[in-house]
Amino acid sequence: MSTSGFVPEKDKREGWNRPPVIEPDGEGELLEVAMGPHHPSTHGVFRMDVALDGERVIRLRPVFGYLHRNHEKIAEGISYLGSMPFTDRLDYLCPLTNNWAYALAVEKLTGQAVPERAEYLRVIVGELTRVQNHASSIGFLIQEMGASGTPLMYAFKAREKILDLFEELTGARMMCNYMRFGGCRVDATADWLAATRKVVEGLPEFADEFERLLRGNEILMARTQGVGILRPELAVNAGVTGPMLRASGVNYDIRKVDGYGVYNRFKFRVPLGDHWDVFDRFMIRLLEMRESIKILEQALKEIPGGPVMDAKAKLRGFRPKPGEAYGRIESPKGELGFYLISDGGPNPYRYRVRPPSLINLTVLEDMALGQNVADVVLIFGSVDIILGEVDR
Amino acid sequence: MKTVEEIRAAIEAALPGAGVEIVPNPSVSGQHSLRLRPSSAVEVAKFLRDDEELALDFLSNATGVDWPDKEVTEKVKVTRTVRKTVDGVEQTAEEAVEETRKRVEPGCLEAVYHLFSVARGHGPVVIRMKTVNRTDQVELPSLTPIWRSAEFQEREIFDLYGIVFSGHPDLRRLLMWEGFKDHPMRRDYVEPDDFEYEPTAHDDVLKRAVAHQAKQLEAAGTAAGAAGVGAGVAAGREGTGAGA
Repeated sequence: MSTSGFVPEKDKREGWNRPPVIEPDGEGELLEVAMGPHHPSTHGVFRMDVALDGERVIRLRPVFGYLHRNHEKIAEGISYLGSMPFTDRLDYLCPLTNNWAYALAVEKLTGQAVPERAEYLRVIVGELTRVQNHASSIGFLIQEMGASGTPLMYAFKAREKILDLFEELTGARMMCNYMRFGGCRVDATADWLAATRKVVEGLPEFADEFERLLRGNEILMARTQGVGILRPELAVNAGVTGPMLRASGVNYDIRKVDGYGVYNRFKFRVPLGDHWDVFDRFMIRLLEMRESIKILEQALKEIPGGPVMDAKAKLRGFRPKPGEAYGRIESPKGELGFYLISDGGPNPYRYRVRPPSLINLTVLEDMALGQNVADVVLIFGSVDIILGEVDR
Repeated sequence: MKTVEEIRAAIEAALPGAGVEIVPNPSVSGQHSLRLRPSSAVEVAKFLRDDEELALDFLSNATGVDWPDKEVTEKVKVTRTVRKTVDGVEQTAEEAVEETRKRVEPGCLEAVYHLFSVARGHGPVVIRMKTVNRTDQVELPSLTPIWRSAEFQEREIFDLYGIVFSGHPDLRRLLMWEGFKDHPMRRDYVEPDDFEYEPTAHDDVLKRAVAHQAKQLEAAGTAAGAAGVGAGVAAGREGTGAGA
């Protein structure tokens, strides 16, 4: 049995909640494959070093850093507001929730109030972001299963409409740079709200169609059910958050737990999985899309008038008092948090992003061990990561 | 949720002599933190996770902070004995003088963890640990055996700050490549001069490229090489001279 390369003779990782050891069957040789960094399923540049016994995965080691640009160091050298456009580029599918998390952390640090209309606008753009992220992540997952293009294009049909709304509101489809400490950069016009209502009206139909196309598909069920199981105890211990955690049956949604913004005013439910596999993760995203549509309908009905920036909010010469704060939101990928330390200067002394994509990958090996190599692609796709956020 | 004072009291009751300090946070966020002593940190972490009332089963965020050595200038009042001549008679008298003194406050590296409870829905509880200094005593106990979510995050802290987590099952660099020497998130990190030595049209890059080449030759230990650079430059000048 060949154990060259990274498969160690004796696993050093003993005595903790490590992944299970899969013993090779002793016939033939182990094959070491580098999946990535340019594998189409890796959504960017990410590598998995996989050791295979036949088709079974014996060991998997993720390799990070191909897209590392030290976002945190850059942020320490510029003003608080200067980092806002850079947060767009973390998880570039969901720029607006990134903005929101950063704005929330700074508002916690300074005690800045946010006007009600801005909170509603944040909820609206945040939930639109969630819908388009979940739709495209499902599309990518199906693409990785071999259904080349078509389901992804269905997902993009809805995503395009939402991105058009973002463009009209913020001036950019993906790099929105919309939120400010103490509100939002620009107000939404009545026309924009009307257009959004129209798009939201069409979303349930899109969700129905998308679900009908995929849910009953035999191949999809055969490929995803019972694959990549993640136990709830491990999920909590490994810091997994977002749809991944809820697909493992753990009821933890930061929108409910923290009730940040105005989320406690809306009625919505938290869908939970009970088989903890890839199919559950896929279904949870479909169901969360429907809950987001409910929130959108309520928010668009109730949105009040008024300013979108707090009158006391300071943009120029912004210097928070010394101290620190950790703020977090439920981004479509999971818990997105920002940890800031201020020393009273115009730049943050410490600026830390808690990236849900990276931390959700902690359990990648646990889910993939003992599975077929073709399923690794699916399991990885079901985590739903964006490399811009993993490597920062 | 319990306040930090109550949590500290609970820890002290369960683990006497754990030596947990409260670090107040002057910000309006009110997120005060608990500083653990590295020697007892793992037991305290285990207690925080397993205690029924706290049940901090979810380590959300783990990160490092660099506090470099600080030069503090302070004014101290000192009494000095001064010799004076009063009316022709030599006397010694005590006199209060203000003196400016400089002292270096030693820096440290710090690991900060944000804990939440999924079971009870509360948080955050912030815990932090400090290394002795920033150079040779940078070891802290790893909390990965308690919370698996620290696995990659502690690797990242090790990579970017250089804190060595003892007891971490797989402590390698996470974002920078193997063989990279420094820790880029430290406040005093300087980019290597050959970071981007490929000459471009920009003057400062060209200047750095020349300096880098000279350094490379010097490192190769060839005095002839260093002379070669000089000779080359001289020859170039001569060449232009001759051409003109």
